[in-house]
Amino acid sequence: MEMDLLQRFEAYVASEKKIEPKDWMPDAYRKTLIRQISQHAHSEIVGMLPEGNWISRAPSLKRKAILMAKVQDEAGHGLYLYSACETLGVQRDDTIADLHSGKAKYSSIFNYPTLTWADIGAVGWLVDGAAIMNQVPLCKCSYGPYARAMVRVCKEESFHQRQGFQIMMNLAQGTAEQKAMAQDALNRWWWPSIMMFGPPDDNSPNSAQSMAWNIKRFSNDELRQKFIDLTVPQAELIGLTIPDPQLKWNEETGHYEHGPIDWKEFKQVIAGHGPCNKERLDARRKAWDEGAWVREAAAAHADKRAAQKANTAAA
Amino acid sequence: MEKQHWPLWEIFIRSRQGLSHRHVGSLHAADAEMAIENARDVYTRRQEGVSIWAVPASEITASSPDEKDVLFDPADDKVYRHPTFYDLPDEVKNM
Repeated sequence: MEMDLLQRFEAYVASEKKIEPKDWMPDAYRKTLIRQISQHAHSEIVGMLPEGNWISRAPSLKRKAILMAKVQDEAGHGLYLYSACETLGVQRDDTIADLHSGKAKYSSIFNYPTLTWADIGAVGWLVDGAAIMNQVPLCKCSYGPYARAMVRVCKEESFHQRQGFQIMMNLAQGTAEQKAMAQDALNRWWWPSIMMFGPPDDNSPNSAQSMAWNIKRFSNDELRQKFIDLTVPQAELIGLTIPDPQLKWNEETGHYEHGPIDWKEFKQVIAGHGPCNKERLDARRKAWDEGAWVREAAAAHADKRAAQKANTAAA
Repeated sequence: MEKQHWPLWEIFIRSRQGLSHRHVGSLHAADAEMAIENARDVYTRRQEGVSIWAVPASEITASSPDEKDVLFDPADDKVYRHPTFYDLPDEVKNM
């Protein structure tokens, strides 16, 4: 019976049809999605921290307004995703508790610091750029609520990448000092950004199953290659240099070849030893704990109003 | 740790006059007013709506996906409900 259901499920998903919340699904499919969507939501929320760091020091009022809108979007993206995750039968508070306890992960890219204003440019251009590359195929993911959330996210994300590129472009066309600042940010963000696509295909244990279930559409290396091919000419255009001495164009394949990626660093950061892991989690826990009284007060206020309404109705 | 579960609300947005409200997602809020305010911030940051409905998720009655066949089967064999079922002589140009 169970076997029969599983076979039907796999054939159904393979035919590009969507699964909706109350439909039968294998336990492993549900678990994979809960893990992936909650990680994704946590990444949006933790991702607000390195950018929020520059709101008070943005170089002009216009830039401040733009950055605030962007950070607010990230909050929104986190909420779309938490909402999608909840349709799989998990409680929001438990999902958040898993982030705070360290049980759930978030994208390791946000464990790097944003040291200068140029980092805000690099984050938008590279980090959001890589995220878009990952997210566009997710708009066709087999789980309906996740796919729909990704459609909204992708629509909003393209402004993020453009604003980041514009910051880099302006700095690169500015004084020698400004250009050096842009180059320095590119130097620091390049490698972590291309690591965002995850481990190489021959070392990515969950990929095959996710591909079979139409959760994942392209392999990590395919997406990484696509990102590099698109980004290198953009860097050249604004006169910045990709910090990879072995990077070269391959006429035959029509792709760039890149130097070796330091996966040891990637693993270190995921394991909690990146420059800002502790700071990020501390900030999230602090926000949650210090917001407790607000949540309680709002609940008490709602109870009081409901009681008043009931009284008036009875009178 | 004490848990304060704010209830879940399903959010429906009318994107412009003349269209129906459409489900966009859900959110948590302590009460209906807060649900509307949160929905404004979460789902209409780019003028996506002119009207919001917030419905307590617990108040929605849904048909069960397991009964999908039983529930919708009766419509399966009634092709005569569609205009294409009827053959018309070529002389009838518009009907």
